[in-house]
Amino acid sequence: MSDLATHPIAGRSVGTTFRPVQTPPTTESRTVQYVLVALVVAVLSLFLLLPLATVFAQAFRLGIGEYLNTFRSPEALAAIRLTLLVAAIAVPCNLIFGIAAAWTIAKYRFPGRTFLVSLIDLPFSISPLVAGLVYILLLGTNSVIGGFLLENFEIRIIFAVPGIVLATILVTFPFIARELIPLMEDQGTGDEEAALSLGANGWQTFFFVTLPNVKWALLYGVLLCNARAMGEFGAVAVISGRLRGQTVTMPLQVELFYNEYASVAAFSLASLLAALALVTLVIKSWLEWRYADQIAAAGRGH
Amino acid sequence: MELIIRNIRKEFDRFAALHDVSLDIRSGELIALLGPSGSGKTTLLRLIAGLDFPTAGAILFGDQDASEKTVQERNVGFVFQHYALFRHMTVAENIGFGLKVRPRGLRPSPEQIRRRASELLELVQLPGLEKRYPSQLSGGQRQRVALARALAIEPKVLLLDEPFGALDAQVRRDLRRWLREIHEATGHTTVFVTHDQEEALELADRVVVMSQGRIEQVGTADDVYDKPRSPFVYGFIGDSSRLPVRIENGELWLHDRSIGISDIRAPNGSGTLFFRPQDVELVDGCSGCIAGTVVSSRRVEAMRRVELAIGGQHSLVEIELPIDHPAASRTRVAFRPRSWKLFPESTAPQAERVIESA
Repeated sequence: MSDLATHPIAGRSVGTTFRPVQTPPTTESRTVQYVLVALVVAVLSLFLLLPLATVFAQAFRLGIGEYLNTFRSPEALAAIRLTLLVAAIAVPCNLIFGIAAAWTIAKYRFPGRTFLVSLIDLPFSISPLVAGLVYILLLGTNSVIGGFLLENFEIRIIFAVPGIVLATILVTFPFIARELIPLMEDQGTGDEEAALSLGANGWQTFFFVTLPNVKWALLYGVLLCNARAMGEFGAVAVISGRLRGQTVTMPLQVELFYNEYASVAAFSLASLLAALALVTLVIKSWLEWRYADQIAAAGRGH
Repeated sequence: MELIIRNIRKEFDRFAALHDVSLDIRSGELIALLGPSGSGKTTLLRLIAGLDFPTAGAILFGDQDASEKTVQERNVGFVFQHYALFRHMTVAENIGFGLKVRPRGLRPSPEQIRRRASELLELVQLPGLEKRYPSQLSGGQRQRVALARALAIEPKVLLLDEPFGALDAQVRRDLRRWLREIHEATGHTTVFVTHDQEEALELADRVVVMSQGRIEQVGTADDVYDKPRSPFVYGFIGDSSRLPVRIENGELWLHDRSIGISDIRAPNGSGTLFFRPQDVELVDGCSGCIAGTVVSSRRVEAMRRVELAIGGQHSLVEIELPIDHPAASRTRVAFRPRSWKLFPESTAPQAERVIESA
């Protein structure tokens, strides 16, 4: 610094006149940056924002009165009620399952561990339609299990609410586990060992140490799982039998309305689904912003 | 609390991390488990704590067999290498955790727990940090909080895994002195693991030197430095130079030259001669000495360290000379170790065959 800076000519020639504008080696030039940003914005607008706007535009095409009318029809109300009920059962089930699976995979070493990880990912890769069909084969009234349940307990699974719940659980079960596994693996068992050495029992360790350590990941997982549970179409379409007012969830009802040329009703209901997704996003972003410091602290392994 | 470790063996899968280790630790003693990584020192510490269980052998706390007891029942204070502070709890909540999770009848009131946490923060010289989170503390402060948390449960023994491993040199030195003071103030039996010999020798009442799952030597800093009982200890503690030698009728030979060192107790055959680089005398004209060609010389603190090739490049040894000593500029240097140790090569237990300089 000293020699060059004190020498007027050398200082100027190196610092300003001849050298081009320097960017850090890992940063692209301005032009490339703008092109990339523009590309992303264009793609997102075309494939995400435009359809989303269309949903709301179509829903309000005949005015707010017609829009609200949709939510007075018993079919739509039944579909909303069923969707909320299914999510209310499926999400807690997957919450418990997700924590248990993540705990097992992250904190223990056992043969078949990687296989178990692949199994958890299976619902991501398998078509929901196939999952629905398998359930029909396994639990339909003509199958051994389905027949037994129907005869002895008069419980119907396929073409009824239990089937929809089962299909939804299957399709959404990786969400919470997937969110937790990397974090729990990263955190290891050090904190748990510390808690145990201080005299805590297993449940105290779980509730005071393990759960608080993963609470943000858990919350994200639950939000994503919930969004998917409410929006699931394929598996539910196969397994529900689409009995109007009984086994039709919101996505199914949207399709029914649409096929009957009730497009305002279809888009109105679809807008509610979209709004639920947007609310989920907003909550997630707000939590990230509000608790940024805590999240950063939780992510770091000190 | 006295600690007795009896014939402990620990296997992970089929790999033996500890082979038949026995150790008696007196009540109130400060003990260092010292060894390179993979020597089994942390495994031994975790077995004492009850975080792992031995494959064979017993661990006694006083006259009680603790081998079957869980980590909770053993009531040990364990300070983890990376502290394992609970990141979502404040410093005070961290320290009070061990008291908060006690069964209802034994649990102090929240007010008492708060007061105890403040007292302990006072003890570890961090008063007023009750409301901070671990992420807001420096490494040295976290270390102190971890110790305060371990002390809060009034443990029978205090176990520390590489307590200063993650800290920079200056903080290490300060904390070392401070740990010694805490130990003297509280009187807990304390065992700590370290790979840093300076730390072990300076801090501990006795040092347990470990290698490859075995205890090589147990003794005071003076014992392990001045009277190493195995080639490993000689090589691991402090600087050392070694030379392969031949023993004939008690005389030590290097290739075809006698090196002027003899011991009539040494059996004929080959062996290894150990000496400290700083503990040599230079001699002129070599009849009965070690002579070598200077390969390199470098400055080590107040001394000059000279590397010599002995007997045609085959073995390299280091000796230390005063900075202004004329020999450092010569190409050939002759010397004789002032004190040394000979480990004859044999299959018999090393400790019995060790021959020391007078």
